[in-house]
Amino acid sequence: MNGIWASTLDILTSYGSMISLAGVGIFLIMAVNALVAVYFERKVSAFMQDRLGPMEVGIFGFKGGKKFWGGIGQTIADTVKLLTKEDILPDSADKKLMILAPFIIFIGAFVTFIGVPFSSVLLVSNFNIGIFYIIAMSSVGVVGIILAGWASNNKWSLYGSLRSAAQIISYEIPAGLSLILVVLVAGSLNIHDIVGWQADHRWFIFHSPMAFLAFFVYFISGVAETNRTPFDIPEAESELVAGWMTEYSGFRWALFFLSEYANMLIVCILTAVVFLGGWLSPMAMFNIFPESWLIFDGIWWGAFWIMFKAIFLIFVMMWFRWTFPRLRVDQLMYLCWKVLIPFALVNLVLVSIWELL
Amino acid sequence: MSTKPHIDQSLVKTEEMVLNMGPQHPSTHGVLRLKIHTDGEVVSKIEPIIGYLHRCFEKHCEHLGYEQIVPFTDRCDYIASMHMNHGYALAMERLMGIEVPPRVEYIRVIVGELQRIASHLVALGTFGLDIGAITPFTWMIRDRERILDLFENLCGARLLYNYIWVGGVSHDLPEKFIRRTKEFIDYFTPQMDEFDQLLTFNKIFIERTADVGILPPDVAINYGVTGPSLRGSGVKWDLRKDEAYSAYPELEFDVPVGTGKMGSVGDCWDRYWVRMLEMRESVRIIDQALKSIPDGDVRAAVPKKVRPPKGSVYSRFETARGEIGYYIISDGKNIPVRLKMRSPAFCNLSVISEIAEGWMISDLIAILGSLDIVLGEIDR
Repeated sequence: MNGIWASTLDILTSYGSMISLAGVGIFLIMAVNALVAVYFERKVSAFMQDRLGPMEVGIFGFKGGKKFWGGIGQTIADTVKLLTKEDILPDSADKKLMILAPFIIFIGAFVTFIGVPFSSVLLVSNFNIGIFYIIAMSSVGVVGIILAGWASNNKWSLYGSLRSAAQIISYEIPAGLSLILVVLVAGSLNIHDIVGWQADHRWFIFHSPMAFLAFFVYFISGVAETNRTPFDIPEAESELVAGWMTEYSGFRWALFFLSEYANMLIVCILTAVVFLGGWLSPMAMFNIFPESWLIFDGIWWGAFWIMFKAIFLIFVMMWFRWTFPRLRVDQLMYLCWKVLIPFALVNLVLVSIWELL
Repeated sequence: MSTKPHIDQSLVKTEEMVLNMGPQHPSTHGVLRLKIHTDGEVVSKIEPIIGYLHRCFEKHCEHLGYEQIVPFTDRCDYIASMHMNHGYALAMERLMGIEVPPRVEYIRVIVGELQRIASHLVALGTFGLDIGAITPFTWMIRDRERILDLFENLCGARLLYNYIWVGGVSHDLPEKFIRRTKEFIDYFTPQMDEFDQLLTFNKIFIERTADVGILPPDVAINYGVTGPSLRGSGVKWDLRKDEAYSAYPELEFDVPVGTGKMGSVGDCWDRYWVRMLEMRESVRIIDQALKSIPDGDVRAAVPKKVRPPKGSVYSRFETARGEIGYYIISDGKNIPVRLKMRSPAFCNLSVISEIAEGWMISDLIAILGSLDIVLGEIDR
């Protein structure tokens, strides 16, 4: 099925130049993702709030009128503005750490993409510890967040970074416990093996009632890990001004933004891969058009499906953000330690029993 | 879940951090500065510092003719200017003994209740914003916009109206005003149910506001808290009923009070809910007033020269935020000797250190939002 592409990629990855090519590819994906997701978010929020959203900036004279496409160039203009803004470092800040912090956060998101698949073959490296790697790398950013908050020498930033660190580290646990469920059933940490299991049986979300719950536990934890409403307490703009990003501007702030939307994409792709069948076509899963070309399976359709599922989940995250108020910091911890973690643990035991039966 | 966080000081050795919240802060509702002493996330002491918007309102008034003071009252509480005009006009009419035509009273009630809805919409929307819900704010501002359109149609201004004059109003109702107001009411009534669905009964919203910042009725009365913030504590005190003025005695409406539906009496949710119910009552009042509005000349009782006799008056009025009081001393000339304004938001704010100490920073924001302050009126 994917012999030519796989072997081509194998040959290419054996050359050192491929590493930089993959790097450029990941960076492009992150940049394009941020550009599109920001525009998407603004339009979704505008739709939910009964207003139009960005309507003025077009691309190459194309403005799109009063449609969804009006203002399509807005995020590009925003990026240009951000990159040309004055870069401010406060006098009392720890300048070296303050400069370093955004890069740590960015690198955390960047290297995570090495294990994130965009299709059965469109992934940089197919580790045998794929899921473990993604979880481990996506929490590297916390170091950068703590550094950013501390180095800014601003009380609001400090509050934001401490909240964020507590939150991200706590929510790693239910997220990890839910993923262990999948690993337990599929018997592998490898992304290909997990999707392979789903191809042989069914999507993991339909594996058992416990897996169905695990999907929600993981997705809620994912929303919390990406610091989005209702868990956006680290940057709660009505309380902490902008949280740990308060003192940043220009390019460094753009890096934060890039990483935030990249993390969103990572969480959503991982949810899609692990629970929603990854690059498998829904038609194959539900057996709607068996043995016909309408199944839309294959390498490139796989890329389409995985992005389709991920973008739908991103939309759900945006939907949350524009609907819910924000939790308080102790309620957030309550939800994690007293609700999600016990749930995930019991789930894990139940799935083990289910598998034994 | 919403219990006061308890820290055993003998086990933890921490240092207090002094945090300046404001005057440039997203949710201090203007230029309020709160100097807060924090122990981790917990607020241990609050010092509100005001005066950043001080414009010498009272001193200015000593150099202005009585009719010239009306636009200055607009600028105090800019979220509910009609009420400020009305309160001042009421005080002057009592001082001068002017009998106002019934049509004027009805017009004043209609615009006053529209203003109350508009003001509560801002209060509730920004309260939601403080809690972190952004969409209710835009929805409420969208509906407030319709009221501002009505006012623009009425007197040409959208924020600072200078509409209610001593002895009358500046213009009669425009031709289509009554029809457009009815249309607005028909549109707005289902919207309030939508706000309830989106925000009021949202689980997270209840968790954040119920049982938080409880204001006991005796503390509220001692601090002189008035308006919806007082009624949220279960005290049934509304000047529109208890010291009825204008056309209010002829109209039927209830005074909603906090009942502790989601938590205990006098918490943030109750203060929110009282405002929500008051909007429904305002709709009822407008509906009745539009039906029974009499004809007449709106400027029949407007005096050519506003020159009150020697004497003084204290008159109070129920604005969207509480009791506004005007104390005016006249020596028979065309300018007042002294004009003192009792600001409701000032008294409401003064209670913050009483009820918000011991709560977290996030709760402090919620409590501040639930008190619904306007800095223009506090600083004057």
